[in-house]
Amino acid sequence: MSASQQELDEFRTEVSAWFSENKPADPGFLLPQSFMEVGTDQQFEFLRDWQRKVYDAGYLGMAWPAEYGGGGREQAFQDIATAEMVRQRVPFMTNTIGLSWAGPLILNMGTEAQKEAYIKRILSAEDIWCQGFSEPDNGSDLGNAQLRAVREGNEFVLNGSKIWTSLGAYADFIILLARTDTQTNTKYEGLSYFLAPMKITGVDPAPIKKLTGEHGFTQTFFNDARISDSCQIGEEGGGWQVAMKTLTFERAVSGGQAGGVHSMSVSANEVVEMARRAMRDGRPAIEDPIIRDQLVSFLMEERGLALNNKRAEIPGLIAERPASIAMARKLTNSEWRRRLNQFAVTLQGANASRYVGDGDAIDGGRWQRGYFNAFSGTVGGGTSQIQKNIVGERVLGLPKSE
Amino acid sequence: MTETAEILFTDEQAQLMDIAESFSASKSPVDAVRRQIEAEGAIEADIWQEMAALGWLGIAIPEEYGGSGLGLGEVVAIVEPMGRNLLSSPLAATTLAARAILQGGDDGQKSHWLPQLAGGTVAALALTEAHGDWDLTNLTCTAAASRDALTLSGGKTFVTDAAMAEVFLVSVALDGAPALLLVEAASLPAGALRREIVIDETRRSYSLNLDGIEVPKANLLPVDGAAACLKSLHLTACLFYAAEMCGGMAGVINVTLEYLLTRRQFDHFIGAYQALKHPMVDALVGMEQARSHLYHAATVFDGPDGAAAEIAVRMAKAQAADAFAFASDRAIQFHGAFGFTYDCDAQLYRRRALWCEQQHGDGAHHRKHLAGLLLD
Repeated sequence: MSASQQELDEFRTEVSAWFSENKPADPGFLLPQSFMEVGTDQQFEFLRDWQRKVYDAGYLGMAWPAEYGGGGREQAFQDIATAEMVRQRVPFMTNTIGLSWAGPLILNMGTEAQKEAYIKRILSAEDIWCQGFSEPDNGSDLGNAQLRAVREGNEFVLNGSKIWTSLGAYADFIILLARTDTQTNTKYEGLSYFLAPMKITGVDPAPIKKLTGEHGFTQTFFNDARISDSCQIGEEGGGWQVAMKTLTFERAVSGGQAGGVHSMSVSANEVVEMARRAMRDGRPAIEDPIIRDQLVSFLMEERGLALNNKRAEIPGLIAERPASIAMARKLTNSEWRRRLNQFAVTLQGANASRYVGDGDAIDGGRWQRGYFNAFSGTVGGGTSQIQKNIVGERVLGLPKSE
Repeated sequence: MTETAEILFTDEQAQLMDIAESFSASKSPVDAVRRQIEAEGAIEADIWQEMAALGWLGIAIPEEYGGSGLGLGEVVAIVEPMGRNLLSSPLAATTLAARAILQGGDDGQKSHWLPQLAGGTVAALALTEAHGDWDLTNLTCTAAASRDALTLSGGKTFVTDAAMAEVFLVSVALDGAPALLLVEAASLPAGALRREIVIDETRRSYSLNLDGIEVPKANLLPVDGAAACLKSLHLTACLFYAAEMCGGMAGVINVTLEYLLTRRQFDHFIGAYQALKHPMVDALVGMEQARSHLYHAATVFDGPDGAAAEIAVRMAKAQAADAFAFASDRAIQFHGAFGFTYDCDAQLYRRRALWCEQQHGDGAHHRKHLAGLLLD
């Protein structure tokens, strides 16, 4: 039986009040805008503690099964709590890979023991998760992963490296795609998938300095790291299918995520407000006809993308290509965000040249840093160019590109 | 904060959309579209009568006047599939005229005209003028009042399906203020209508010379509502054009995809090349946003918040115009040398896109008005 409108309304009031009261004060340092940007211990600890607090209050994993630490309630409650987090602009839930990708994957196809071991600790941020898909020589070509996992009795021995590991320096576990067989007909058949511990001998995350100047992720080296074969999820040799399943969670094509806000939203209205302060030819920039046209275009696109999400829930209005909006969502939203940040930088006039750390930087330099970091969205999880191949092939039915 | 992500889609809309899609596809396959280009009218009379019999002309007319009392959202659901199949008809113009009479007419005008329009009488809109301004209150045509008649002067342009029309909704300046009046086809002198040669060959467009035409005062819509009525006509026309363009985009994207999946060069279907594949995804993404804006606009259009409705419909028109322009422009290019020929269907859509963009305001024009609504 589904919750009544009255129950949902009452819950909205409750959750709204809780976040108003418990939203953390400004920590006095610039917070990252997503889990991909966590660069200092100070940032990490602040965000981990905040996620724990939200989970303890009961507003995370509300629709996950109660026996593993979830709330056991309807998705509608989590959706309300998540919307409230977005609306009140509270800091994001930093264990994104656990909450949105690994968690749903484990619930979907993990063993009972895996569910019991991991799900609650994902929600509480006691275990931080990271992802080991990309390798130095294999970015978009995921199926070509070369990190070796060799079975020795009840163990696998791991050798190789993964790269662009967000939260790699902090993570307790990694969802890992590794090659268990080099003699298969196709590259895909030799892959297996592991839920592997990070804090063991032979796993060494080395920080990588990003274009922003910060440490956001690691190259993660595996040198004879030994893990139990109970870490495996899915069949041995069936890792590609598990990876594809993971990507449906990552790209939000499949539901089942724990919920919660996962990046600090950027809104076009913030840029409109900036245009009121910025100057052009002695007048507020918002009076400049070209800037007005650009602002309206961003507002239109922002609304169009939000409306897409709404329309995607109405089968009669997506009948011809039901997956179109969902499959293109990462492409459209990440590109919009990159362009909006870029525009917000140029809008600042000569002050656009300042950067984070300069006392006179507009908004502490967050737009400059945001523009650079926005490339994590247009590159990570498959570049926009690869996304266009995917949408072109799977939605429009065009032949594969060579 | 108002809810800006609202889309409702009713069972009536879903049913109408299904019926309109199969109707348009069967009445308007592309060879029929090309035959109709050579014909006298934009649509065969019996197809128009079938549309009337289906009740489509009375969708947004209240039941007391012989309509079905649904809303513009239901009209949108049939205009979109017509656009997809390039079916041209006076449905939008007739619906708009009925709406103007409903909103701005007196009781006599409503009870005289609305049942007729619901039943298949064609109305034409005579709103634009030689200056080409999208501002419908920029009026050089005038009406001069004598005892019980009005004498008109000036000229109107882009009066579509005028030869089929039995009544014209005409805008003029009366004592310096905008006014709307109904001119019956029977009162037009010979030669008042002149066929225009327009870029979208599926349309029949005429200029209308008003000089010396006399209209009884009873045909004047009450003047105090005329300015609001003109604005409503403009925005409603934008809603219908957005629907027509969304349909057209879906049509032209499919036409192009079919070619990319049959034409081979250098041992590959050309759709495998990213230089063509990626812009097709851009076209798809543009269409998806246009449709989302459209159905949001259809949802809020007759709602209580007039500013929200205006914002929604201007966004829908602007997005659809730009996205249809892109999709149809690339359709020509991606057909290569064949795209340069009259035989290639891409030109039908490109011409349609240009017409729809240039009537009632292009993207930049609507964004300019949106700036006033959103930023000031």
